[in-house]
Amino acid sequence: MSEPIRQPRRGYSVRSLPGFAVVAVFTFFALYAPILILVAFSFNAGTSLAIWEGFSLRWYAQAAANEAVQEAAVRSLILAGVAASVATVAATMAALATTRTRRFPGRTMIYALINQPLMVPEIVTAVALLIVFAWIKVATGHTSMVYLISAHTAFCIPFAYLPIRARLETMDYTLETAAKDLYASPWKVFSRVTLPLMWPGIIAGYMLAFVISLDDVVITEFVKSAGQETLPTFMLGQLRRVVTPEINAISTIILAAGAILVSLFFWLSRGRR
Amino acid sequence: MESYSETAVEARRISKIFPGETEVRALDDVSVSIHRNEFFTLLGPSGCGKTTLLRVIAGFEPPTMGALFLAGTDISRLPPNQRPVNTVFQNYALFPHMSVANNIAFGLEMLGKPKDEVRKTVDDMLRLVRMEALSARRTSEISGGQQQRVALARALAPHPEVLLLDEPLSALDLKLRKEMQIELKRLQNETGITFIFVTHDQEEALTMSDRVAVMNAGKILQIGSPQEIYQRPAERFVANFIGESNFLDATLSGHTATLKAGGAHEVDPPEGVSDGTVSVLVRPEHASVRVGEPKTNEMAATVETVVYSGEATTLHLRLGTGEALKARLPNSPGGGALPGQGTAASVSIAPGAVTVLKD
Ligand SMILES: Nc1ncnc2c1ncn2[C@@H]1O[C@H](COP(=O)(O)OP(=O)(O)OP(=O)(O)O)[C@@H](O)[C@H]1O
Ligand SMILES: [Mg+2]
Repeated sequence: MSEPIRQPRRGYSVRSLPGFAVVAVFTFFALYAPILILVAFSFNAGTSLAIWEGFSLRWYAQAAANEAVQEAAVRSLILAGVAASVATVAATMAALATTRTRRFPGRTMIYALINQPLMVPEIVTAVALLIVFAWIKVATGHTSMVYLISAHTAFCIPFAYLPIRARLETMDYTLETAAKDLYASPWKVFSRVTLPLMWPGIIAGYMLAFVISLDDVVITEFVKSAGQETLPTFMLGQLRRVVTPEINAISTIILAAGAILVSLFFWLSRGRR
Repeated sequence: MESYSETAVEARRISKIFPGETEVRALDDVSVSIHRNEFFTLLGPSGCGKTTLLRVIAGFEPPTMGALFLAGTDISRLPPNQRPVNTVFQNYALFPHMSVANNIAFGLEMLGKPKDEVRKTVDDMLRLVRMEALSARRTSEISGGQQQRVALARALAPHPEVLLLDEPLSALDLKLRKEMQIELKRLQNETGITFIFVTHDQEEALTMSDRVAVMNAGKILQIGSPQEIYQRPAERFVANFIGESNFLDATLSGHTATLKAGGAHEVDPPEGVSDGTVSVLVRPEHASVRVGEPKTNEMAATVETVVYSGEATTLHLRLGTGEALKARLPNSPGGGALPGQGTAASVSIAPGAVTVLKD
């Protein structure tokens, strides 16, 4: 028997793999179906999480009227705003120092150090911070938001740093040379050329840091003092007691806010010239 | 001897060494003095140190050794933003977040010029480079040739003492390039600014420059007018780099060079060449060829190839000594008889066309 004559393959395509479509559909289903259900039931008129009883915004109204939710939301926004701002400033300086200077020994080491929060498991950082902050709290008796803010700032830095550095690396260094050539002082070179050109990177970094801070649970849970609930830790606390569609409504709002910010991030970091 | 007031830029024994695993000597003991209002060209192959010399003059690279003078003052330690020197970068380096007009205004603003003066100068510059209509455009929304003109206007606007141009025409197509060559010459005449121009295109160097410095491997080999460089190159590299060349063996005795292939010629040997065996240069267009037996001062040759190229025909000849010689003969309207391939011919060299080389 001779081998059957095979058609030469026309290029390789994952689509021709058996079961590819099934896996793809299942993956998307697993990713999005629960979220879609959550969003749908946030508009449910009844209290059930399983039976649809008609469309209503009652859970949104209830969440909005809930003082604990309001307080947690405001705290989350302030925390994310402050932490993202400080982190972005620090990340901007770090990005300038690692791209706009002559190579210096230990530069690679510095990349690694800046990116530490991406590599160390969050729970480890959380425990470490819990211990250190506990000492400080005992020693000073001080229990303000400063602990949360510094913890969030620290883990937001790499998220702000990466897009800013990426932006700086694609920027043509001769532009700054040209500015210098045209009588600009080092400060003017920065303020008139470097900063305006790296601005999209800075905004992208800020938004990413903001989103990361906004939905952090683990570190916040370990670091917060009594009564310092953020939206995610508040929700976690609620879930331990009773689950109402109010949680769905809050989740949907956070989801929408995050989606908007991340879309903006991708749009800005496409590197418009 | 020239006085300082006539010298715009003087480089004194400048060396630039880039350290590293393999140390690069980008400039090797370079001395040059460039006159005021001169169109001075640095010509040389890729990697010979042209850009490095410009960067040293602009202040972007400190020289490893040597000193740099501007109008007689030592500026070796002055940062680039304090040197009255502007650069037209090879990739133009226009600020993408500013309009054409704001790009041109940048240098003037940094110098702290009053607003109305800035506006007036920008208008003048826009007119000078014929870009008035596009002043509000973003620099990413104009063509390559227009970007080149904006880069030029931006560098000229602060009226520097010296303008450095790093291969500003290399990105343009041939037609635009020719136009811009004329434009650059016009701008230099109108502004009276000293231009230091970098190119690796020998034709561009010859047509545009008052003087040319030919560089190789970090050294300046020869400085002179285009005529001097072309007609009396000091060494083989220069002769080879500029135009087409024939190199022949000869014996030098005082002011007479006797070619090995035959014929004695009056020469003016460069300094440092002593009597004996030398190498001489003969440009292809200075050799003429006729059919027949050689007379006195002519050389016997065989025609190997005939190449027709429009306005001239080039004959590739083999001399009695085995040396190769190219002769470039202008084509006359009648189409006079040229020796054909494989025939024997006689070659004569125009008086004064034999140049003794240093190496
Ligand atoms: N920053 C640097 N570090 C190390 N070596 C360098 C640096 N800049 C230039 N060189 C080296 O110095 C030499 C001269 O470079 P330069 O850029 O001056 O050449 P060039 O004549 O302008 O060439 P081209 O015509 O290709 O632009 C080259 O061998 C180059 O590799
Ligand atoms: Mg160069």
